[in-house]
Amino acid sequence: MTLTIATSLDDILAGLAQGARPIAGGTDLVVGSRQGKGSLPDTLIAIDRVAELNTIDVGADATRIGSGVTHARLMTDTTVVEQFTSIADASALVGSPATRNVGTLGGNVMNGSPAMDTGAPLVVLGAKAELASTSGTRTIGLDELWTGPGQTSANEDELCVALVIPNRPTASGSAYVRLEYRRAMEIAIVGAAASVEFDGDAIGAVNVALTAVAPTILEVTGLNGIVGSALDDATLAQVAEIASEQAAPISDLRASDKYRRHTIGVMARRAVDAAARRAAGEQIAVPVNRALGVGAVQ
Amino acid sequence: MSTPSNRTLNAVELQVNGVAYPVAIETSRNLSGVLRDEVGLTGTKEGCDDCECGACMVLLDGQPINSCSYLAVQAQGREITTIEGLADGDDLHPLQRNILAMGGVQCGFCTPGMLMSATALLERNPTPTEDEIKIGLSGNLCRCTGYAKILDSVAATAVEIS
Repeated sequence: MTLTIATSLDDILAGLAQGARPIAGGTDLVVGSRQGKGSLPDTLIAIDRVAELNTIDVGADATRIGSGVTHARLMTDTTVVEQFTSIADASALVGSPATRNVGTLGGNVMNGSPAMDTGAPLVVLGAKAELASTSGTRTIGLDELWTGPGQTSANEDELCVALVIPNRPTASGSAYVRLEYRRAMEIAIVGAAASVEFDGDAIGAVNVALTAVAPTILEVTGLNGIVGSALDDATLAQVAEIASEQAAPISDLRASDKYRRHTIGVMARRAVDAAARRAAGEQIAVPVNRALGVGAVQ
Repeated sequence: MSTPSNRTLNAVELQVNGVAYPVAIETSRNLSGVLRDEVGLTGTKEGCDDCECGACMVLLDGQPINSCSYLAVQAQGREITTIEGLADGDDLHPLQRNILAMGGVQCGFCTPGMLMSATALLERNPTPTEDEIKIGLSGNLCRCTGYAKILDSVAATAVEIS
């Protein structure tokens, strides 16, 4: 097998067109191969030194986050923390400092795990994935991208080069919380992201997406009923009920389906509450799990 | 790990603790294995081989990585720092001196990885809170000490160097 270190996006796309597979931090690919989940691809192209993939560009209508931006940067970058806070919440929970130093947003998204932490935040923020190949670039919704556990609709010769997120309205906030059994090197038992926008004192818009309760990240539907309501206990209880109803969890060694179905409601409720508090101007430090003591205790 | 489909060797130069080491390695070799078996620096340990325990922690351009699950060829052109790079000749690094003096070493297997994470932490944050130290070392497992003495020795070092 061979590994080439790319220095430009053109290098990468030419390599992929000839059958090479991309590697950034290797925190899924190399770890997976050492666990025996699969062998390493015969031809690898390292994409982590390409400057074009490592930018965060704030445009007039949308912000473009390069797929090579690491979790360590996402959890501290001012734009991400202030505007797309749920992504920072999620990135701060990924693995350990070592994982976050080399693990990337694009890697998390394209690995396609239903337990990916950045996925639910990206969904509630309305992100789209920009895919490039030697034949051109296309931008698709995440619901179109993720087709099953570990599966995406991207062609073999396509690289996810960026996630494009609409800029945020005023009086809005987002948050990501997850259930975890320990504070580091953890994978979500379940998790929930929420985005809330206020219209005066009432909820103007609300989006919720769920982690690790379906074959892909699950966007909750049917929340229109609470638009126009005040954010009170009854509203939050409704969010929890709807999220639990729509979840389609499995039982595995980490949790039973019943436990996941119950706790996803709790996480959804907490995510909406934290997002709303941020939308109202409260400063809740990243990650919400630590600031509010939502996750594992020490 | 699975047998590579071919055994082509790559001539690679790895920069470790400021010294250039030319090695001939297969693409599939992990960095910890190459550091131990080709470069000859055995301070870096392999524990879980699964990115969980942190015994293999080294610094890549100053930031901690799990070298058990990092391809050595991908480290070309980067500065690698291992536990052997901390002391200045016979003078131990303050972290090494403090962890010894404060009883933070028992079996010693986790110690190199702990100290590499601690080195990176103090480099970016010379005055960490207790919680920041815990987060900084959160990718390193110790099965002997109960962590208290390790955390104390990092805190003492922070006070000493700041």
